[in-house]
Amino acid sequence: MSLTPEPAGATEIGTASPAVVGAHPSDARVATKERLALLRRSKSFIAGSIIVGFWVLCAIFGELLVPKDPLASDPINDLLSPSADNWFGTDKLGRDVFSRVIVGARDILIVAPLATILATVVGTALGLVTGYFRGWVDDVLSRIIEAILALPTIIMGLLVAVALGPSRTTLILIIGVLFAPIISRTVRAAVLTERELEYVSAARLRNERTPYILFGEILPNVMGPIIVEFTVRLGYSIFVAAGLSFLGFGIQPPAPDWGLQVAENYGVISGGFWWPVLFPSLAIATLVIGVNLIADGVASAFER
Amino acid sequence: MIVFLAAQVLPGDVGRRILGPFADQASVDALNEQLGANEPLLTQYWDWFSSFITGDLGESVQNRPVSDVLIDPLVASGKLALLAFVIVVPLAILGGVVAAIHEGSFRDRLISVGGLSATAIPEFVWAVFFIVIFALGLGLFPTTAQFPDGASVFTQIEYLFLPALCLVCVLFGYIARMARAGTIEALEADYTRTATLKGLPRRTVIRRHVLRNSLLPTIAVVATQAGYLMGGLVIIELIFNYQGIGQAIVRAALQKDIPVLQSGVLLIGIVYLVATLIADMLYSVLNPRVRLGATE
Repeated sequence: MSLTPEPAGATEIGTASPAVVGAHPSDARVATKERLALLRRSKSFIAGSIIVGFWVLCAIFGELLVPKDPLASDPINDLLSPSADNWFGTDKLGRDVFSRVIVGARDILIVAPLATILATVVGTALGLVTGYFRGWVDDVLSRIIEAILALPTIIMGLLVAVALGPSRTTLILIIGVLFAPIISRTVRAAVLTERELEYVSAARLRNERTPYILFGEILPNVMGPIIVEFTVRLGYSIFVAAGLSFLGFGIQPPAPDWGLQVAENYGVISGGFWWPVLFPSLAIATLVIGVNLIADGVASAFER
Repeated sequence: MIVFLAAQVLPGDVGRRILGPFADQASVDALNEQLGANEPLLTQYWDWFSSFITGDLGESVQNRPVSDVLIDPLVASGKLALLAFVIVVPLAILGGVVAAIHEGSFRDRLISVGGLSATAIPEFVWAVFFIVIFALGLGLFPTTAQFPDGASVFTQIEYLFLPALCLVCVLFGYIARMARAGTIEALEADYTRTATLKGLPRRTVIRRHVLRNSLLPTIAVVATQAGYLMGGLVIIELIFNYQGIGQAIVRAALQKDIPVLQSGVLLIGIVYLVATLIADMLYSVLNPRVRLGATE
């Protein structure tokens, strides 16, 4: 098992490196190689990749592996305690908790990465523009960003979900839009120092077009902080996606999403029926810790 | 700067909230009528905003005054938040300082990495763990937070302890990280070296020279977290069935009770702003450099 998850982690980083390589061939390639070597030696990165890799496999192949149909309810056999037949017991509707936990990885692993990619793309563009131009563009965009950040993410998300109607797409959009400003601030800070450097003035003197300076020259050089920010935000988007699903404003029933499973069954916990809530909770916790370990490894490899 | 921020933030958020209900009400004509949503957006916004300022929050869709629906839960949430803060602030500062003094050691990594992982785990997951362990497993605490009416302070704390603990887990990492960063900076400062070279015992150096300087940024973070805490309350109150502002907001959102939802969220926005304001004031009162610089 320790072999399979590794490509998952490696490709994640691999997708980012070609951009670096493309810009400044020799130096960047060496730097990327060094970083990857550092990553491969990072214990937290490897441990995180194994955990996340396990859930990725569950998300992809879970449906083929699970013993029972995760959606098939069986009202007569509801709230059965864990046994050889139902490893994690059954929930309020008599559905097999083990199957639902395994297959439930899919929803969160679709929503969280897509939302984070959206946030990173939008946030990077915003950060490049605000950091490079300064002046009124920066002022206006920064005020809007402050307004978005003024309320707790969960509450903002709740409002938007009420307005747009909850669905998987809404969830991705909400998290993407709410996290973009946070990422843009990190990118902006990095761009502020880059824009004063000579290679930017050189590009300007060569009369390069502004989009090229932004995306061709500056972007490859601020890729490090962006990748770190991406992995950190991925953890938080799991946090928010699970929270909103728990509140009923995220992924909708009958999907076997983890947050939703807890929401559907926490009412019976005081009656001593702990299994339908504990196992999905453990699943969320392990996934979050796995992503955080990856983020920790990436941060120490990319931040000199 | 704060006033400017307040002026920027409030209308922006309210506008967003007004727009939100609109998109939804296109299909719900009855509700439209009741809210007077056929008036121009600005008029509506102004009506609502001016009456909010004078303390009239309007009526909920069940024809109860919004202020009635929200005031009790706000007080209840305040109790829970207070308990969480009383636990987490000393604990996190202690953790951060210990981590900083032993920078790079196992203890440091445990506090830093453990604290941040704890922060990233959703509140309701903590809630499930604590209920299973402390309420069901050990039978130490009740599984809900809603204490009986007229319960004594100690009974109330007993009921609120587990929910507060969930909030503590989520907040600990941030505050500890700030305390750690501030302490490390102060430890490396020239005045600390001078104090050590002067021959002061390490304990005195840390108490008198390091902590005084290192805890300043932490205070700002603590107050900012008060705003984030409100987000956590929404989830915690639901799972522990506690009648607080968070549960009131979620219920309003589910029932599409727009007046309650608007006012509830605005209240949270105000709490957040006030917390930020208090942080700024505390910061300048406690920091002689900022205080003296301002009077010049």
